[in-house]
Amino acid sequence: MIHHEQQPYLSLRDSISTIFKRKHTKEDFWALKDVSFDVMPGDTVGIIGKNGAGKSTLLKILSKITPPTSGKITGRGRIASLLEVGTGFHPELSGRENVFMNGSILGMRRSEILKNFDAIIDFAGVEKFIDTPLKHYSSGMQLRLAFAVAAFLENEILIIDEVLAVGDAEFQKKCMGKMSDVSKSGRTILFVSHNMSAIAQLCASSVFLINGTVRQTGKTEDVIGAYINLSSGNNESIFRPQNRLGPGEVTVTNLTLNKKELLSGEKMTLTFSLSKKVPISSVYLDFRIDNHMGEKCVWISDKLTIKPKEDTSVDKVIYEIPRLNLNIGIYHITYCLFINNRVEDMADNCLAFDVMENNFYPNWKFPPKEQANVLADFTTHYE
Amino acid sequence: MEFEIKPRSKFSLGLKELWEYRELFYFFTWRDVKVKYKQTVLGFLWAILQPLFMTVIFTVFLGESISAKTHLPIPYPVFALSGMLLWGIFSSGMSNAANSMVNNANIIKKIYFPRLIIPISALLGALIDFFVAIPVFIITLFIYKVELNFSALLFLPVSVFITCLSAMGCGLLLAALNVKYRDVRYIIPFLVQGLLFITPVLFPSNISQNPIAQFFLQLNPLSGALELTRALFTGYTINMETVFLSMAVSVLLFITGVVYFRKTEGYFADLA
Repeated sequence: MIHHEQQPYLSLRDSISTIFKRKHTKEDFWALKDVSFDVMPGDTVGIIGKNGAGKSTLLKILSKITPPTSGKITGRGRIASLLEVGTGFHPELSGRENVFMNGSILGMRRSEILKNFDAIIDFAGVEKFIDTPLKHYSSGMQLRLAFAVAAFLENEILIIDEVLAVGDAEFQKKCMGKMSDVSKSGRTILFVSHNMSAIAQLCASSVFLINGTVRQTGKTEDVIGAYINLSSGNNESIFRPQNRLGPGEVTVTNLTLNKKELLSGEKMTLTFSLSKKVPISSVYLDFRIDNHMGEKCVWISDKLTIKPKEDTSVDKVIYEIPRLNLNIGIYHITYCLFINNRVEDMADNCLAFDVMENNFYPNWKFPPKEQANVLADFTTHYE
Repeated sequence: MEFEIKPRSKFSLGLKELWEYRELFYFFTWRDVKVKYKQTVLGFLWAILQPLFMTVIFTVFLGESISAKTHLPIPYPVFALSGMLLWGIFSSGMSNAANSMVNNANIIKKIYFPRLIIPISALLGALIDFFVAIPVFIITLFIYKVELNFSALLFLPVSVFITCLSAMGCGLLLAALNVKYRDVRYIIPFLVQGLLFITPVLFPSNISQNPIAQFFLQLNPLSGALELTRALFTGYTINMETVFLSMAVSVLLFITGVVYFRKTEGYFADLA
């Protein structure tokens, strides 16, 4: 239970001043309540949930950082928690010294560190700089060293928070490889991530938290399904055009999607609503989907397939994309409306939407975000 | 090995757990000492220079008058340096410990180990400085040709122990308060400065007969510690009353500090 008050930092003055106030408004907030589940030895269990669902609190309690207000956790074995990599790294100490410092904070014995020292350095690939102060390392080297220490923990139970969310794609792959080795070595792992493909890859079973309670436990596939279902389509995207241009006699008044958080590979429907102040004879509309970096991904227009609609009674332009082949992420829509063959209304980034993970490819895998925005169906033959 | 994580109910020191994590004492102390003198030209010399400077200043400006007024049986520089070295354990031990939890907040928030390790290691760092400075003290003894009462060497560990207990008691209390009230950070330097003048470090306790001054000087746990240290010089007699009072006060301080620290440490990660 966390008591939350208005001010995160207390000072003596505040405490003294509150003595004189009769009413001290304190609201109880339970970050976790009635959470109960079992993990068997050798299991790799994923913990998923939106921000604020209580994942981090659960990890903090499991790793003894914060004691629970009530309730009990029973476990057998040595427990190690990796809520971040490189805890206790000090920039003034050398790589070697930091390995020992970090290792012992994580709960390794000196003898264990000595035994694995060469392997750690090898995994991190920093042999040459092992006696250089850490502050001269590149951030990538620091990260590799930090992960290498963690990778050689010999504890029976590992609690891992999204440590994989850092580093470049290649290093993430290496980490995932190491993680699956560890999970196969018969140790028990609790893994928290927003990355559904990592969860699907590593964890046989999962726990889905929502507002501090357990929503569902069971096979990872089912739990992820429940998570995706629940998190998609719960709030409307808002039409908010920017840099709008045009005479404004005919304008797009709204744009709606069939869902706010679309699943990759799903059907997408865009409905542009028009308002007309003058009679029209022909209408067509282009739109483009950009990713969050503003990179252009898809451009769609009537001109590609049909002639502009010769109709005076149009109030809605509806586009349907049967299979949305976009990588996961946030995208924006930019449109341009042509009436009687001239630009009547255009706006940038008028609506944002999320593309969520789905089984576009088996195993919920997706290309690295920096590699691709657009997906394609494919088959391979080896001859 | 079975473990349970549940709400803390009864008070315990957690000695068994401290023993399990004993290697961390070494690593934290080692890190603190190492980092402290990294990128300094003089390095460990700083551990000696600080008390030495104070001694020189006091000798030049006040040494003669203090000696004359209080009938010091030994040269003033020896008296002042012996005080400053012991005071160093207390002052830097206490302030390092008091700031240690906030300074290591990033570690506390991310990993569990017995929290007591951090302030205790901070004190051990101060103790190392003390040992580094001892040779210089011995040289001073030779320079001033002070005669020693070698049987009193046995009192030296007791003296250091009393100092450590008091430093730890105050340090733990302040460390726990510091996590909750950052005001403590600003109180520490001026607390250290103030305490120096109600402790017979740079002057003997008979300097003032003012009852208020005597009350503080007698209650001060370092009075007894200093008394024991200075028993090393011939011509000194130990006031046992002061020594026992100091022991009692230091134990009381230590217990207060540890109990308060242990009671509040569960929420350090949330507040730090």
